[in-house]
Amino acid sequence: MREALEGSQAIARAVALCEPDVVAAYPITPQTHIVENLSKLVADGELHTEFVSVESEFSAASVVLGAAASGARAYTASSSQGVLLMAEVLFNIAGMRIPLVMTVANRAVSAPLNIWNDHADSMAVRDSGWIQLHCENNQEAVDTTIQAFRISQETDLPVMVCMDGFVLTHTMEVIDIPTIAQVRKWLPPFEFKRALDPSDPKSLGALVGPDFFPEVRHSHHAAVTKALPVIEKTDRSWARAFKRGCGGLLTTEGPKDAKIGIIAMGSTVGTLRSGLAKTEDAGVRLIKLRAFRPLPEEALREATRGLDHLIVIDRAISPGLGGILGTEIKAVLYGTPDAPRIHNHAIGLGGRDIPETIVGDLLSAIEDPDATPFSVFDADLTMLPPEDR
Amino acid sequence: MTSVIVGATARPYRSDTMIEYRIHGRGGQGSVAAAYLLASAAFEAGHTCQAFPSFGAERRGAPVTAFVRIDNQPIHLRSQVRTPDFLIVQDDTLLLDRGITDGLKPGGAMIVNSRRSDEDVAEAFSCRTKCIPATELALDYIGRPIPNTALLAAFLTMTGHLPVDALAAALKGRFKGAVLEKNLALVDAVAGMVPAGAWKESEDA
Amino acid sequence: MSDNDTDQRAERLAELREKFGRHPVEPKKPFHQGASLRDRQPRFCALESGHRACQGCGEALAARLVMECAGPDVMVANATGCLEVFTTPWPQSAWQVPWVHSLFENSAAVASGMEAAMKARGKNTKILAFGGDGGTYDIGFQALSGMLERYHNILYVCYDNEAYMNTGIQRSSSTPHAASTTTSPAGPERMGKRHLKKDLLGIIAAHHIPYSASASVAYPADLQRKVRYAMGINGPTFLVVHSPCPLGWKHDSHLTIEVARRAVECGLFPIVEMERGELANVMPIREVRPVKDYLALQGRFGHLMKPDDPRAVEELTHLQALADYNITYFNLRGEGEDPADTVGISQVARDRAAGEA
Repeated sequence: MREALEGSQAIARAVALCEPDVVAAYPITPQTHIVENLSKLVADGELHTEFVSVESEFSAASVVLGAAASGARAYTASSSQGVLLMAEVLFNIAGMRIPLVMTVANRAVSAPLNIWNDHADSMAVRDSGWIQLHCENNQEAVDTTIQAFRISQETDLPVMVCMDGFVLTHTMEVIDIPTIAQVRKWLPPFEFKRALDPSDPKSLGALVGPDFFPEVRHSHHAAVTKALPVIEKTDRSWARAFKRGCGGLLTTEGPKDAKIGIIAMGSTVGTLRSGLAKTEDAGVRLIKLRAFRPLPEEALREATRGLDHLIVIDRAISPGLGGILGTEIKAVLYGTPDAPRIHNHAIGLGGRDIPETIVGDLLSAIEDPDATPFSVFDADLTMLPPEDR
Repeated sequence: MTSVIVGATARPYRSDTMIEYRIHGRGGQGSVAAAYLLASAAFEAGHTCQAFPSFGAERRGAPVTAFVRIDNQPIHLRSQVRTPDFLIVQDDTLLLDRGITDGLKPGGAMIVNSRRSDEDVAEAFSCRTKCIPATELALDYIGRPIPNTALLAAFLTMTGHLPVDALAAALKGRFKGAVLEKNLALVDAVAGMVPAGAWKESEDA
Repeated sequence: MSDNDTDQRAERLAELREKFGRHPVEPKKPFHQGASLRDRQPRFCALESGHRACQGCGEALAARLVMECAGPDVMVANATGCLEVFTTPWPQSAWQVPWVHSLFENSAAVASGMEAAMKARGKNTKILAFGGDGGTYDIGFQALSGMLERYHNILYVCYDNEAYMNTGIQRSSSTPHAASTTTSPAGPERMGKRHLKKDLLGIIAAHHIPYSASASVAYPADLQRKVRYAMGINGPTFLVVHSPCPLGWKHDSHLTIEVARRAVECGLFPIVEMERGELANVMPIREVRPVKDYLALQGRFGHLMKPDDPRAVEELTHLQALADYNITYFNLRGEGEDPADTVGISQVARDRAAGEA
């Protein structure tokens, strides 16, 4: 049913539709409304789940680990410092290949303290071995959350649904929430073959020495890579059932013969689309990357074919290197004949508002002879002392 | 891998029908609630909508801003509203900030919770202005100094953007029982106080 | 849990599942509801031999004793540490019950999740959480406190060997005062650890949980009685088991039990039971030994065995005072001979074992 809902409220409703057995979360801005809404659904008797009110994000992640390992459908959510406090457990969950779902309400990482949106938190756990999917709007966030439960149990991998903090979590928009009957029909009951069970005792989390560790890592890498077709297939199945998709691994829009492309993840894509619409005859291909882990290398090469210039938008940086997505796209395109020139810019760090006019500025920068391969595009360097510029 | 979906060329992303609002208030006055109410009312009237706060860490009493976009097609833009069609000001002490009308579109208008005269404020900010004593009205009808319902009711009555019924429907989604009844009574009362359709032409502006 | 309770639970579960559209999960009949005494209380071997613990490992013994009476219908969350490392070198595992190791500091939280899953799935399987003193007194302390506060139905067992043994004998907050470890070594400027052993049981008791107790591998009958008692409680329970580490404490492997016994007999490791935060029971000491009898067996206190060094004498006096304080505070002298005192409890246990066999 279509409703005007705040993003966080919609996510809580979507999670409830998946009927998790165990939910554990610790409040942090801007994820709080998700946890509050879930707590309310439990209190109102609309969601029957074991809601574990933990004393830290570290325990939130640990609780869902234990719950999923015991055969329960489990869910958690966090942001920023919370994601970093969870980091050790996140690697552990993925390394043990435990299927569960987590929402990351993307937020900058301290210091300096900043509660606003960028992607520093989920990027910090990029190498944890989780599947990471990004959402452009709240409808996609709802649909991706439900899809994540299916992807997770099909791949035996944990899935992180990344949605921009505040920009999506605190925004009310019109969202179509599926019915419980639709979701039950589409989402199979939770099953985890290696679940702990006294009638068939197994040991999970053994010590693995050098004689087998590389093989474990290889199989983990292979498992995450093999999730690519599962993510696509799941979105197609969703689109068949609900008459709307979330864009599989990535989507492209704009003229086929475009020479300039812009690639971004999350809600920024919407603003860029809006800006492009106002830029007369820009002839720009807009690429929305949904799957950041696994990174769809082949699809990215196909999506950027024919471009002379590719503007890669990052919402987080790796100090001393530059943009993270930008660096990865360069790696993907390395050795590709006629690969486009990459213009890598970080924008909107720590919640700096991204106006649609930024599109024109980004396009102009392509021709700028003084442009550096990477920039924090919307930073006003005159605010800094000369030695820091 | 066949995930690449090449979309239709030059799809019109943005309509000229989008109306943008900026709501100024102080923490605790229900500015974000006002934004959500306006968006919900738009949804009830069959529009697409987007409402969000300025995402601050503001405490009670601090100036806060919230934004609303209403359109007839999907809204992609996510930036803060920089060039609003309308301003809703929940506290007249915020008028001390001369920048409050920054970006207001030509022909735009402002509704202010104030006992000052319309002309006085209109002259000061060179824009069409309506002042209503929303806090007093809220105290009379709801018993709490939350001016948002009265301001929205006055605003919708004057602009005719959305039927006042849509606001009532949005209130029904948010409140129940006596609180709802009081809010609905306030909406009716305010609708009778302000000149209906006075700003209607601005919708076509 | 009686059959009646089980039926009611199954009924309620079916009702809920019917209402909310999930397939009912049949509650499994617990193993310990077997027909015969032997079925009900076998010497169940959940921790198999063949693991890689050191000779004379107190922790391996303690874990085996705990598992024997915890029974098969349990699942274990194990913190990183010796117990985890020596029982599960992949691809081997010494565990005959479902067992999960996640991290050093989260066994209480992982167990919380497992318990929540059992509740959600309508199962009665009891959850155990294991940690060493590092994972319990120190790095996992917050998760443990959270678990107790949230009142999960979990028995947490801390195998206390008084230092970080897995990483090579570094001091923990459980290391006794003046003990020499690799991060609190004795030397011309230091007499081993400068601080006191944390009163963990007191902190645990302050959570007002139904049951918390200390036990020692030197008194297996007492230890197992406590495990059985805790297993029967529906709520959080806590057991700290004094478990000598021959390598870390620097004593001969065959002395593990003797060292553990003397720790109790001198009063440095009081054996007590707390219910809802109140002292409920103690194991009386029949003949109190001087602490020196206990310390002299261990190399970690070797620097105190120098009568010519005034600092050694001072620390020895200090440790004796700590033991004396425990004896007074918990009234460990008891009243005359007691069948459950430090001599009686082990005698009784041996007799019983002989009688039943």
